[in-house]
Amino acid sequence: MSETGTTYREAMREAIREAMRRDERVFLMGEDVGAYGGCFAVSLGLLEEFGPERVRDTPLSESAFVGAGIGAALGGMRPIVEIMTVNFSLLALDQIINNAATLLHMSGGQFGVPLVIRMTTGAGRQLAAQHSHSLEGWYAHIPGLRILAPATLEDARGMLWPSLEDPDPVLIFEHGALYALSGVPRPGPVDITRAAIRRSGEDITLIAYGGTVGKTLSAADALAAENIEAEVIDLRVLRPLDDVTIMRSVGRTHRVLVVDEGWRSGSLSAEISSRIVEQAFYELDAPIGRLCAAEVPIPYARHLEEAAIPQVATIIAAAREVVTS
Amino acid sequence: MTPQHAQELIKDALIQVAPDADLTALPLDADFRDILELDSLDFLNYVQTLSEASGYRIEEDDYPAFTTVAGGASFLAAHAGVG
Amino acid sequence: MTGERWEFLMPSLGADMESGTVAEWLVKPGDRIRKGDCIAVIDTDKALIEAESFHTGVVEALLAGIGERLPVGTPLAVITGAAPAAELRPPTRGSPPVSPGEKTGMERRRREPSPAGGEHGPSWPHAPSPVTSPLVRHLAERHGMDAAAMHGTGPGGRVTRADVEGIEIPAKVKASPLARRLALELGVDLTGVHGTGRTGAVRADDVREAAARGSGTGPRAGTEQAVPGRAASAAGARTVGKPDLGRRQGLMRQAIARAMSRSNQEIPHYHLSTTVDMDTALAWLRERNRDLPVARRVLPAALLLMATARAAVEVPQLNGFWLDDAFVPGDAVHLGVAISLKGGGLIAPALHDAAGRDLGDLMAALKDLVARSRTGRLRGAEMTEATITVTNLGDQGVEEVHGVIHPPQVALVGFGKILERPWAVGGLLGVRPLVTVTLAADHRATDGYVGGRFLNAVDRLLSHPEEL
Repeated sequence: MSETGTTYREAMREAIREAMRRDERVFLMGEDVGAYGGCFAVSLGLLEEFGPERVRDTPLSESAFVGAGIGAALGGMRPIVEIMTVNFSLLALDQIINNAATLLHMSGGQFGVPLVIRMTTGAGRQLAAQHSHSLEGWYAHIPGLRILAPATLEDARGMLWPSLEDPDPVLIFEHGALYALSGVPRPGPVDITRAAIRRSGEDITLIAYGGTVGKTLSAADALAAENIEAEVIDLRVLRPLDDVTIMRSVGRTHRVLVVDEGWRSGSLSAEISSRIVEQAFYELDAPIGRLCAAEVPIPYARHLEEAAIPQVATIIAAAREVVTS
Repeated sequence: MTPQHAQELIKDALIQVAPDADLTALPLDADFRDILELDSLDFLNYVQTLSEASGYRIEEDDYPAFTTVAGGASFLAAHAGVG
Repeated sequence: MTGERWEFLMPSLGADMESGTVAEWLVKPGDRIRKGDCIAVIDTDKALIEAESFHTGVVEALLAGIGERLPVGTPLAVITGAAPAAELRPPTRGSPPVSPGEKTGMERRRREPSPAGGEHGPSWPHAPSPVTSPLVRHLAERHGMDAAAMHGTGPGGRVTRADVEGIEIPAKVKASPLARRLALELGVDLTGVHGTGRTGAVRADDVREAAARGSGTGPRAGTEQAVPGRAASAAGARTVGKPDLGRRQGLMRQAIARAMSRSNQEIPHYHLSTTVDMDTALAWLRERNRDLPVARRVLPAALLLMATARAAVEVPQLNGFWLDDAFVPGDAVHLGVAISLKGGGLIAPALHDAAGRDLGDLMAALKDLVARSRTGRLRGAEMTEATITVTNLGDQGVEEVHGVIHPPQVALVGFGKILERPWAVGGLLGVRPLVTVTLAADHRATDGYVGGRFLNAVDRLLSHPEEL
């Protein structure tokens, strides 16, 4: 961490470091998190600082080490489990959904699972279809899980500790394109319950999360030059959704564009627009717009990958469409 | 003016202000303002019409006599000139 | 040359009016009319009202037939500026002119395509062909027709609205949910609102603009707007008999129900009352009437109206409207007079500038207003301009009235019967004619203190009738 600022990656590392210092029950495990320093270098140096007991490299078996994390959590520990990318988390779906998310319920409230699973999500780094998908919307479908998507340095730094304090499993989705994000985080506590309004405006609400928040803010700045003042909501928490913040904003702007790097069909954006129609129908002055990823496996070629996911220019165009429709 | 003639003038004036009324069923000694649902403006119009038709200026002090057909007829017969 | 054209729209003759019927045309195509001329008799659910033109020009066409029930804001006639009608051509928006006889009222009610001609090439998501307008595609889609496969009669073989319209049912107004909600709240009829959305959809701002122009809201009767260019058809004027009495009474009951329900739901009423000694006033009036021809006699009711009007001048906070969460004072005291109609129903037309008249003038105006209310010949402005209303139930023998305000007004003044009662005057008990005056006022606009000042003013004015 430099004097003048930090990166998203460093903020996340600092959050892990702080948690491990504060609570000896906290430990980190995952593929290459120790000797290699993490696939995205988040845990670089932690093995040296905390030793192999608390920074544990695991075999390439997501099901096994997520299951181990669940067991440790049940046994009183506060594990942080890192999965390389959301694509690989599918190998641990059974553990996450059938065990972590359900045990509290299945045990009649006797056993909570205070587990935190971190994983990378999203496209934009030419890592092709095996590493670039945005499946957090699927996890947001599951009762029993809290789903977070830190998009800022503050959230990267501040969301981990309250997640570890949460008695139930929390999944943190880190967009791969954000790790190099740098700046000076503002100090102060961070909650894991509410969406944040990152920019105020009265003409349209742009709803984004994770990797699309920055692009959406850039788009909002460009729209302001056209006299379209956009309000930008960073969802932050994908489950449970902060309906109140969304509906209040829609009540002010009466127009909505949801920006989602996931695919449109059955997506988080579908859930959000559905809720807006249910709860704020009579506030709407235009059809809700959605800007999602093209319904293809994320391509490897740079120009195709760029074309497949929301970009500043396409967000501007989609917002304009909603405002004039 | 005969009471019969006065009665005809009164009924003509009433028809002006209550065009839908069936005056054949109206008791001669009943206060027609209630029966015909006349308000004070209707009554004034009735008085005005009747004054013009009879040539007798009906004063406000005379109004009580003119609230029944019989009362108005005998008043006019006594006061109005031979018409 | 002035090529201006205006549509004469179904006027809003009261905040509770949603639709009306042309009972009679007072003009025919080719007639020259001046601003303010009555050109049609409109049957609202409450009464027959003569509706005035807001423009000077020539009647080019009558669009609405006699007896046709149409929403507020529906074009009823086309009025052109000084230019001869022959120089004005029907609009060409990709559809050939429709011959007048083919147009029905329902078709006229349908929205025109969007102002730009509605051409949105590739950006339209379901474009079956680049040469059909979105509206046409939309209409075709609704009927399960393939516009791309149809034979077009428009320029360049374009499929036009007319090609699809053979089996067209009346289109609904396309409006956003917010626009619909606002329209309801502001009393704006969406069929008369010009939509600025990309596909001609009515959006919230369009409704706000229409409301600001006075279409269907508030105290103004002006609902006409300049809409240049529109195909017109002629509908022959013919007379019809009086609408069925039972139907009218049913509709009037509904109209009263709407207005009074709204009043009760929206207006936090407060009620005040005071008793006024009418001895001086009645004696003065009796003296005055003694010297006047019968035709110019003044009723106590007129004196009460005059006192109310003058009191409203003194306490202007009760004279006006509650609009958009704020009080808007009336430009003068246009005194609404509650008039019960023979056979049931109630109407409260306005005595224009009541406070500016002298008593005799007010009495004459009252007689005229009551007569025209009961024969159904009120003018549009009389239905909408009342700034405060008086109801006098004294003739019914009622002692006092606890009124319900007619929105958007903020006050209703009630008078009961003038009764002889024991009354202390100068330390002695005497028998005096007394009347109970009540005030129902909107607590959003005023507080009891203001209402009290008003009733005191009424009392004082009635004690000095010679000043009225």
